[in-house]
Amino acid sequence: MRWITQILEITWMSLATLPRRPGSALVIVGGIAGVVGVLVALLAISEGFQAVLAKAGRMDDAIVLRKGASAELNSGLSREDTVLIAQAPGILHDRTGNPIASAEVVVVANLRKRSSGTESNVEIRGVGPRVWELRSNVHIIEGRRFRPGMRELVVGQGAQREFAGLEVGRTIRLGLQQWQVVGMFASGDAHESELWGDPEVLQGAYQRTGYQSVTVKLTDVDAFDTLKAALSSDPRLTVDVQRTRDYYATQSEDLTRLIRILGVAIAAIMGIGAVFGALNTMYSAVSARSREIATLRALGFPAVPVVVSVMLEAALLALAGGVIGAAIAWALFDNYTASTLGANFSQVVFAFRVTPGLILSGLLWSLGIGLVGGLFPAIHAVRQPVTVALRAQ
Amino acid sequence: MKFLPLVWAALMRRKARTILTLLSIIVAFLLFGMLDAVRVAFTVRDSLEGASRLVTSSRLSIIQPLPYADLAQIQRVPGVRQVAFANWFGGIYQDRRNFFANFAVSPNYLDLFPEFVLPKEQRAAFDHTRTGAIVGANLARRYNFKVGDRIPLQATIFPHKNGDNTWTFDLVGIFHAREARDRGQEDQMMFHYDYFDEGRTFGHGTVGWYAVQISDPDRAGQVARDIDRLFANSADETRTQTEKQFSLDFARQIGDIGLIVSSIMGAVFFTILLLTGNTMSQAVRERIPELAVLKTIGYSNRRVLWLVLAESLLLAIAGGCIGLLLAMAGAGMLSAAFRGGAFEVGLQSWRNGIGIMLVLGFAVGLPPAWRAMRLRIVDALNAH
Repeated sequence: MRWITQILEITWMSLATLPRRPGSALVIVGGIAGVVGVLVALLAISEGFQAVLAKAGRMDDAIVLRKGASAELNSGLSREDTVLIAQAPGILHDRTGNPIASAEVVVVANLRKRSSGTESNVEIRGVGPRVWELRSNVHIIEGRRFRPGMRELVVGQGAQREFAGLEVGRTIRLGLQQWQVVGMFASGDAHESELWGDPEVLQGAYQRTGYQSVTVKLTDVDAFDTLKAALSSDPRLTVDVQRTRDYYATQSEDLTRLIRILGVAIAAIMGIGAVFGALNTMYSAVSARSREIATLRALGFPAVPVVVSVMLEAALLALAGGVIGAAIAWALFDNYTASTLGANFSQVVFAFRVTPGLILSGLLWSLGIGLVGGLFPAIHAVRQPVTVALRAQ
Repeated sequence: MKFLPLVWAALMRRKARTILTLLSIIVAFLLFGMLDAVRVAFTVRDSLEGASRLVTSSRLSIIQPLPYADLAQIQRVPGVRQVAFANWFGGIYQDRRNFFANFAVSPNYLDLFPEFVLPKEQRAAFDHTRTGAIVGANLARRYNFKVGDRIPLQATIFPHKNGDNTWTFDLVGIFHAREARDRGQEDQMMFHYDYFDEGRTFGHGTVGWYAVQISDPDRAGQVARDIDRLFANSADETRTQTEKQFSLDFARQIGDIGLIVSSIMGAVFFTILLLTGNTMSQAVRERIPELAVLKTIGYSNRRVLWLVLAESLLLAIAGGCIGLLLAMAGAGMLSAAFRGGAFEVGLQSWRNGIGIMLVLGFAVGLPPAWRAMRLRIVDALNAH
């Protein structure tokens, strides 16, 4: 108990002198703010990308692709395949007795991006009539749904933000055809980066006959095994079945891992630099106060409170830096939208996410840097013989 | 030069501080070097051969195939010297994570890409082996491929018509990039279009893209327009771009890597400026009486300014050079860690780095040096 008050007193004493040496405090705060800011901002990219894809997946939806296809774009299913798949057991039926399944065509078109003015790939998905029940989180926020059989498209909110000329009422050219944008939808997941239309009309535009995938709603979470068993034992089909949650999680795996490795590596290197900075500051802080510390020691303060108080000072400054860095990253990058190439070789729009978890890990980093930066100077401070330190000028 | 001992003595006044400052500068330049290597790797470079090549792909989208029949028509366009074609295969070797580019190419494809060097007898073997494939040296090293190996690839897009998903290729050659900076391109595998077209179950008679060699790079725009005009308003409209533009567009689709990298570098240097700037001014503050003594014995104001500046410049340049040297080693490790990467701290990074070292040295040293110069001897001697 006495130690605690001693620690607090010494820390308070040194913190009170901070206004007189703003420069050195700034070194710790600024240095660590830089590290934490970069770390949080980079990890926010991977969090955001992962989240937008994760939200597209569900436990009670399944996606069927041709065997070996890692993404929809690589897959191909014939019309007969899609009919067989929709008849499989384990699929939920609606009130009229139709299976809630959507046989989908996935193609890519070139559209001009707003930001760069250059053409980028946008994903166009031909969706079946039951898609609105299948993906019930999708709702039209402007205009109306496309009409089957027509050259009409509804565009995702993200796609519209990223690409030029997708406002409701505009037309875009697919090959020799003009397609009209009749509505805009929001879904909060990766589908927002897509354009949706009628699959059969889309096949015509791209001169193809097949489909890429079938997505179905399961009767319940456990029905997946039933469906999978039925489809894999059917000799007429060579397909892979996955829960959409697993499918979309795999899609974000590579990029997320890459960014995590990069983010942590860069922050670690910067962190080493910040440790040097913190060491520097704390060494000079301690040496500037060596007489005071020696006086305390002469008065009978034991070594431990002195050591702890120096480390505490460093940790507090570091934490302040961490908070500032995380706050800057949050202010600049939370919900910052960007897009990159996804598994279907087209742009996936996503928003950076600065989550509480990220901020927490940023603060832990800052504490770690502060403690390491404070430890050696603290030991140095009490190691000095009192008599020598008292005589120091 | 004769003042070097004086500068050295000043730096060694507090060894710990100098070493720590130096270390943080080293760290900053280590990071700068590696990030710049990444930036350079993603920058599309001009090359002589690249300038004389066009890429013709479907206007609808890159995934849309073009008819094989376009070949003859493109060949007849004035200014076109040679046309090759290729088709993306997207096969997987053993595990999904072992990603590398693999595609089917026309027999003359390598003629258009002299930057890939394949030994003559291997080229002959490739020409004569229907199931033959060639890989880049990087790829061969990674999976320990040797000429004579049979390489199985799992199809993701094109199942084999024999019902099996696995295609087998005979490795007949290993090619090298002619120039070190193109080493990133050694990470691909090519095989014969004929073998591929015969084995696939759909899409027969279509190709992914055409590579068009032109005789005069200055007429690239005109030739590209002529090619596209051939197919305008047909079911398969084309888009012809220079290879550079094609690569630029592709890199841009991944994201603005340059922007990300420079933002990080900005944050790093802001931090380092803060760290060293403060330390330098602290170091000068402590030495004010000493500087006053120097002035008393006749050192001119300007000389004192340079003495202090020399300290920070020395720190910045020494730290920067060590950091960049470390980055050269680090970039090698980075290339090994990220398959297909050819990261290198090249001349350009050194040039940028040295520029930043000078700016850093001046930015950090100038304020305290200025103060040292303006010092009035009487006040300064009184300071303690």
